Amino acid sequence: MDFKLLKENLKKDFTGLKKIKLALLADSAEQFLAIALRGYGYSLSYDIEVYAAPFAQIENELFDTESGFYEFKPDFALIWYSPRKLLKQFCALSDSEKSQYAKQKLLLIRKLCQNINQYHPACKIIFTNFPDLGQQIFGNYASKVSISFEYQLRKLNLELMELSQETANFYIHDLCALQARYGEKQLFDARMYVVADMVYGLEAMPLLAKNILDIIAAQLGQFKKCLILDLDNTLWGGIIGDDGIEKIEIGDLGIGKTFTDLQAWAKQLKERGVILAVCSQNAVEIAKIPFLQHPDMLLKLEDIAVFVANWGSKADNIKYIQEILNIGFNSMVFLDDDPYQRNLVKTYLPEVCVPELPKDPADYLPYLTALNLFETASYSEEDKQRNRYYQEESSRTLLKESFTNELDYLQHLEMVAEILPFNEFTLPRIEQLLQRSNQFNLRTIRYSLEELREIAQREEMLTFAFSMKDKFGSYGIVSVAILKPRRKNVLFIDTWLMSCRVLKRGLEDVVLDCMQSVARNKNYDTLMGEYVPTSKNSLVKDHYRKMGFTQHEEGWLLSLKNYQPKAHAIKITGRENYAALEFAACN
Amino acid sequence: MLHSNLLPAINQIFIDVLDDQDIVVQLETTAQDIDAWDSLNHIQLVVAIEKHFKVKFSTSEIYAWKSVGDMCKTIQERSPVHES
Repeated sequence: MDFKLLKENLKKDFTGLKKIKLALLADSAEQFLAIALRGYGYSLSYDIEVYAAPFAQIENELFDTESGFYEFKPDFALIWYSPRKLLKQFCALSDSEKSQYAKQKLLLIRKLCQNINQYHPACKIIFTNFPDLGQQIFGNYASKVSISFEYQLRKLNLELMELSQETANFYIHDLCALQARYGEKQLFDARMYVVADMVYGLEAMPLLAKNILDIIAAQLGQFKKCLILDLDNTLWGGIIGDDGIEKIEIGDLGIGKTFTDLQAWAKQLKERGVILAVCSQNAVEIAKIPFLQHPDMLLKLEDIAVFVANWGSKADNIKYIQEILNIGFNSMVFLDDDPYQRNLVKTYLPEVCVPELPKDPADYLPYLTALNLFETASYSEEDKQRNRYYQEESSRTLLKESFTNELDYLQHLEMVAEILPFNEFTLPRIEQLLQRSNQFNLRTIRYSLEELREIAQREEMLTFAFSMKDKFGSYGIVSVAILKPRRKNVLFIDTWLMSCRVLKRGLEDVVLDCMQSVARNKNYDTLMGEYVPTSKNSLVKDHYRKMGFTQHEEGWLLSLKNYQPKAHAIKITGRENYAALEFAACN
Repeated sequence: MLHSNLLPAINQIFIDVLDDQDIVVQLETTAQDIDAWDSLNHIQLVVAIEKHFKVKFSTSEIYAWKSVGDMCKTIQERSPVHES
């Protein structure tokens, strides 16, 4: 992208775009970066207001709580010390000071961050790391010399990574990686440095702006979650349907190395939590042969959450993948060597990111990695499990498609629900469900962990938690109900919620069945429910009517005398977990 | 003697970079004559002219330019017939 194009964006209409306040704190001239950031932001639908702190006043701005920085109240602070400026300080130091340089600088950076966290804790800090200058004072020998600038700078870079691991709102803008990719030769313009004090040339500004906005966009929840792969000439060389398994190029055959490298990349992404899907125009059994039989395939069928191979339109197939995964089109990336298919998907699904793969497969990976498509804002153990969860979901959808009758399908799922008591093992997840469930939640009461502990101990309160699994996998605890006496013979449903992951499985019938069974054993004859509308729970506005309750002045009532259990396909276990409650014939 | 196409081409670059359709530059025009010709835009003018004429200026040349005429003179001297 050209700086000039970004500058032209400044004239566009920014109304309605998401507003972001970004403070720039730099020790070199940054006016061009400010323009590039606002211009690039426009292309991402952001209205970025940039506050450029006075030139070379980073410490003053951050230590003085009455500075423009704190008045501006930025969402993000970009701090950029350039090695060229640091070198000037460094040269003036004594040898003993030089040997402590990284340590001292890190102390200062820590203090700056502490100040921001104290006086404007909502601000996220984006700190630019330090690319090598290549002074060659010691040449290659610099590594052996602790007072060399190279040694101190690299040490500082490593310490910064550690600081970012221990500080939640501190992120590294990895200029070192950017410079490794494009080279100082391309980014640095010595003339502009001399004439205008610019540490990078005009041509570098779009690259810097993109890299910084990648971080910001991910922070704001805009990131790619799914990589959809074509097969022939994308994941291997050749056409499996024509060439057959022994002739497709992968591993050591022909230019197979380039495809192996691409697969290794995709596999690492999958292990990081990116969902992999296949979308190929092929007969499905032929498309799967390399995954099952080729010894050099790094990607296996179990790495692919959704595998679609047929002769239909790729746009339709990507829609199908989107429905199964239930994620936005704008979080999907589609790789295909065929410009026709790319264009088709771009036309019908403009939100899907479709990289223009180079003609030569050897260039695929360098091209893709330069795009930095999969910037993320978090990484946890759960991410590793994600592919498996979506694979299970995909298997369910496939099974469902083979049935015309809903109940038949549900029976084939082999669902098992387990009734669980409120205890120290289940309460953390129960509390999380209470905090997070919005849609299937009748009264949306957010009890804290402490309150839930207390409720669990009160004898008159009836508490239920349900976990569920089926032949494809386990969901964990997905439904909670809390009941309390309202008046003689009437039991009030204080809380009833369910995770939307198990909608339309019949679990609500099981829950009601258990409620009425326990209620009857405790000599209640009526259940009372209430629907408290919120902006998100209209899904259940007719819930009690559907469950057979009738509306009365004081609420929805269900008489237990004539209760008829509904047909469902869930096996129930765990009554023995529930010593406190005696169940009548339940199910 | 300056090439006759040179000044109109430079004028167009000024119009593009300074984003002002009404700019008319002469050889004697200096930064004082055009409000928008500040140090920030000077850099952008240099980059745009280098791109257009496929030349690269030295630091001293960029630094020493005072007028449009200075620019034209350097371009004429430096612009090769065929840039590799």
